[in-house]
Amino acid sequence: MTQPQLDLSPPVSDEVRKTTCYMCACRCGINVHMTSGKVAYIEGNRDHPVNKGVLCAKGSAGIMQHNAPSRLRAPLKRVGPRGSGEFEEISWDEALDMAESWLRPLRESAPEKLAFFTGRDQSQSFTSFWAQNYGTPNYAAHGGFCSVNMATAGIYTMGGAFWEFGSPDWEHTKLFMLFGVAEDHDSNPIKMGIGKLKARGATVIGVNPIRSGYNAVADEWVGITPGTDGLFILSLIHCLLKAGKIDLDYLARYTNAPVLLDGDPKSPDYGLALRDEDGKPQVVDRATGKLAAWDAPGIKPDLRGHIRRAGVTHASVMHKIAETYLSDDYAPEAVATRCGLTPTRIRAIAGLLAKTAFDEAIVIDQPWTDFRGERHEQMIGRPVSFHAMRGISAHANGFQTCRALHLLQILLGAVETPGGMRFKPPYPKPAHAHPKPHAKATPMSPLEGPHLGFPMGPEDLCLSDNGQPQRIDKAFTWENPLSAHGLMHMVISNAHAGDPYTIDTLMLYMANMAWNSSMNTRAVMEMLTDTDQNGDYIIPRIIYSDAYSSEMVAYADLILPDTTYLERHDCISLLDRPISEPEAAADAIRWPVVEPDRDVRGFQSVLVDLANRLDLPGFVKDGQPLYRDYADYITNHQRKPGIGPLAGWRMGETGLTDGRGAPNEAQLDSYIANGGFKTFPIPEAAQYYKPWNSAYQDYAVGMGFYDSPQPYLFQLWSEPLRRFQRAGEGIGPHQPPEYLRQQVVEKFTPLPTWYDTASDDFPTHALTQRPMAMYHSWGSQNAWLRQLHGHNPLYLPTKLMRQNDLKDGDWAHVTSPHGRITVPVAEMAALNEHTVWTWNAIGKRKGAWALDTDAPEATKGFLLNHLIHELLPPKGDGLRWSNSDPITGQAAWFDLKVRIEKAPPQEISKPDTDAQASPVPAPPTELRWKVGK
Amino acid sequence: MTDLPQQTQRQLGLVIDLDTCVGCHACVVSCKGWNTENYGAPLSDQQPYGADPSGTFLNRVHSYELTPETGPAQLVHFPKSCLHCADAPCVTVCPTGASYKRVEDGIVLVNESDCIGCGLCAWACPYGARELDLAEGVMKKCTLCVDRIYNENLPERDREPACVRTCPAGARHFGDLGDPDSAVSALVAERGGMDLMPEQGTRPVNKYLPPRPKDQIDEQVDILAPLLTPVAEEPKGFLGWLDRALDKL
Repeated sequence: MTQPQLDLSPPVSDEVRKTTCYMCACRCGINVHMTSGKVAYIEGNRDHPVNKGVLCAKGSAGIMQHNAPSRLRAPLKRVGPRGSGEFEEISWDEALDMAESWLRPLRESAPEKLAFFTGRDQSQSFTSFWAQNYGTPNYAAHGGFCSVNMATAGIYTMGGAFWEFGSPDWEHTKLFMLFGVAEDHDSNPIKMGIGKLKARGATVIGVNPIRSGYNAVADEWVGITPGTDGLFILSLIHCLLKAGKIDLDYLARYTNAPVLLDGDPKSPDYGLALRDEDGKPQVVDRATGKLAAWDAPGIKPDLRGHIRRAGVTHASVMHKIAETYLSDDYAPEAVATRCGLTPTRIRAIAGLLAKTAFDEAIVIDQPWTDFRGERHEQMIGRPVSFHAMRGISAHANGFQTCRALHLLQILLGAVETPGGMRFKPPYPKPAHAHPKPHAKATPMSPLEGPHLGFPMGPEDLCLSDNGQPQRIDKAFTWENPLSAHGLMHMVISNAHAGDPYTIDTLMLYMANMAWNSSMNTRAVMEMLTDTDQNGDYIIPRIIYSDAYSSEMVAYADLILPDTTYLERHDCISLLDRPISEPEAAADAIRWPVVEPDRDVRGFQSVLVDLANRLDLPGFVKDGQPLYRDYADYITNHQRKPGIGPLAGWRMGETGLTDGRGAPNEAQLDSYIANGGFKTFPIPEAAQYYKPWNSAYQDYAVGMGFYDSPQPYLFQLWSEPLRRFQRAGEGIGPHQPPEYLRQQVVEKFTPLPTWYDTASDDFPTHALTQRPMAMYHSWGSQNAWLRQLHGHNPLYLPTKLMRQNDLKDGDWAHVTSPHGRITVPVAEMAALNEHTVWTWNAIGKRKGAWALDTDAPEATKGFLLNHLIHELLPPKGDGLRWSNSDPITGQAAWFDLKVRIEKAPPQEISKPDTDAQASPVPAPPTELRWKVGK
Repeated sequence: MTDLPQQTQRQLGLVIDLDTCVGCHACVVSCKGWNTENYGAPLSDQQPYGADPSGTFLNRVHSYELTPETGPAQLVHFPKSCLHCADAPCVTVCPTGASYKRVEDGIVLVNESDCIGCGLCAWACPYGARELDLAEGVMKKCTLCVDRIYNENLPERDREPACVRTCPAGARHFGDLGDPDSAVSALVAERGGMDLMPEQGTRPVNKYLPPRPKDQIDEQVDILAPLLTPVAEEPKGFLGWLDRALDKL
């Protein structure tokens, strides 16, 4: 019988438009195939530096997100009570008039009464610039409840952390160790990296209470007890240090391990670096035995350095490291039980780290010159690398745990060396090279500088003259001094409590604070609807921008509907959260590959419009608007002369140039023609040792990252932490309130430490993670993705299932110090036996996301958020203690502990939230999606 | 009843690495996207926003827990699509000749214009790799992206199945498994590639690379622990060692 004749070369599409994905924060390049003017198919862009052609499930499902029935269609004005979801569609003129009428008087009287917080915003350089020029101190994005511990610990310790800051040297590493919830940030690059390691048989160790995703393919799974990663890491450090398996040459040259500390307890600078007349930290030069500035040409800093002066010994940081971590408190036998591990396993892993780092060192024959002027013929690598994000961050000990991980990497000599962790430009950039925070509000005036920054000591806190917090979220106060990303999770709670003050207008962008992005969701919904004795809302006005009918929409008074990611301009800027890779800086754009078919506008262009109406400085000059819209801003804005949002195709004196240059009206066209991105390769001699490598420093100056070379030492001993601790000890003009004094002394140790954050009252840890196919993906209403992950049972380890006589599909009450939920359960054997978990944000409120009200997400789906309070249980002192890291304010989601009890069968998870009215039409009952013939 | 070719000129298929698959579903959705827009009827979805959403997928990832006698439990992600069997029971069972195996490359396809949606092939397939599209009433299955792999409208480097092109971990490989010198055949030889359910006698073309042994490090502790021999027992002794070590640098 004959085979049918097939057309093996059918036309694929009419046109391919290349832009940047926004299905999560990974920001891959995508080819959008267009047929008959419509989006037909989305695939990865092979030329793009982030994903090199591959694309995850979210990215490929972008077509369903772009066409989702939950897309908002026009500006909305609330007509029912808050939370009901009852709206009427209004014109943009009416919407903008309304916003202007609320914002103008606040700016004239009390700009801090506007709190503007953005969620998974990728235009923070722009949104913060807007807020700064409006003059409110109350701006931040979502980092405070995400991974600020990781970012901040990395910046303070070594000038960058993971993901956007740096990644493993996938080409050379031989042992990769992954900590914590990790099916997440840097989505495709990590999968690509693990694929490379697997292809050459390198070893992967996964440290995670849950063995899913990357941990499922890990050669070794370390099913650690939540919140004890820091203790485990310090035990690894103990083993390595005791055996002398540390990189002495690296520590002496590139870290502050040889820096001498003031050893005089009577000195105000006790425990801070000894400095010379120029204020430079000093070391002993091993060649001469004399004191020298840390960066003096030709010196050999002595790790063992110490001097005796006036009867006082001043010894190097290395002495403190030895004294601290050689203690038997960190011996595997002392920590293993608390970590849920065995001493044997800890020793074996330490041994494998030692073996790989030192017996399998790799050498690249690439000469380079360091900042002290010394030429090196080779680059020597310790091929062990690490990655971690929210898993170890979202604990109240997360900052110090992240510091401990960085200390481990650095002791091994495995940062910025071949096979280790490599920074991505514009990182490395140490804390002292970042701005400091600014928060003084003045009517009709811009803030004096950026909102967010890196305090170097108590004098940089954002406190008013009477010691009160200047920000609504109490960032940069003694409660959490290094809160470099703000505390978005405290904004609604504090505004409702009037602590430290009340606000007038809450403006949110892409932040589902009435649902999965808030701790204590139910109470937050009540705070948003709560009224005073006059019947007025306690938070008087709420403006929200989102592209979709999310839960937060129902709680706003005015909705400014955003576009989908295929309908907008965006820029992924080196001034913001860039997409560089270790071998090249990069930036990128989004552009409207299709025009919206609804009455919606990109939120950034709406902000430009509002700025023009409000005559904001930075946007309006001599009464004339500087920018028409966001695209115009991207092209023509200059943060300082020659430096704009995009670094490619700028106008130099003799023609087009990269890095520094004047605006170029054709810049966006050039980006579009190049596939939506531009890379700026780093020279070969500058590829490693970036913080100390003269060739890299010169590259960074050329690109405009710094104005002059800025070499620095990794801060194993953190002076900013010591300055806060010293204040806690009663020294200096800036003193913590008495109730925080002990906390500051104990938690701000200048060397990484570990302290227990788990309460003993409840026996079981409870965690959440997002599925890989949904991470950072706005909502789970995507028709294709919800078929993969439409249910979220609570996964229990086998032992707990048996103890409670539970089987798959049964129901359980889950009780925390704060509340109780009743949810379906399922068994998972590959799970730490003291831990339960579920997929986060599968549960939806009925009526949201254009789902049918009987959708499983709205019936059996649930949030653990109800069990997690934004405050710690009251201590009887009348104070509101935030459930956050005491150093950074990072929301401590993963400190949750619960009790499990079998429940009778249920139809619906509890709490059962009532339905919100949907402002969009009912969804289709069948999809047969095909735009071509 | 439909005949199978005696032999095919090539045996195109997939090699799927179970040691590397992280279970991210990228292949599942990329396949859904390409095959919704391209070959044959779109892959439809019923109740896409409702209580019990279901749709046609040509490729799905299943996850299985393994509990070995010693050591911790493991999770294996297992992507599954048509294996393009040499002895494909789905073809021989087809009453209309709609299901067939291509002589040129061994790809098993459904000629949708001849398919009556009787479902016999899905019943005959021991792997559950065929799905009846409820909107169109025809049987859908993996085509190995027959409209991509030879498509002269695509750049040469893109002439591979959508699932292979998109797989972020590189766990999916495409090639001629009938050619012992092909890269995929070499991979199968090197990593001990296996047939799925060989006892069914279907002679699948697709191969699976098994997961490597896991959680072995405790057994190496005798080799690794000596690396951790203390340089000194006391901090003071450590500083002495440090001095000597620095002198040697």
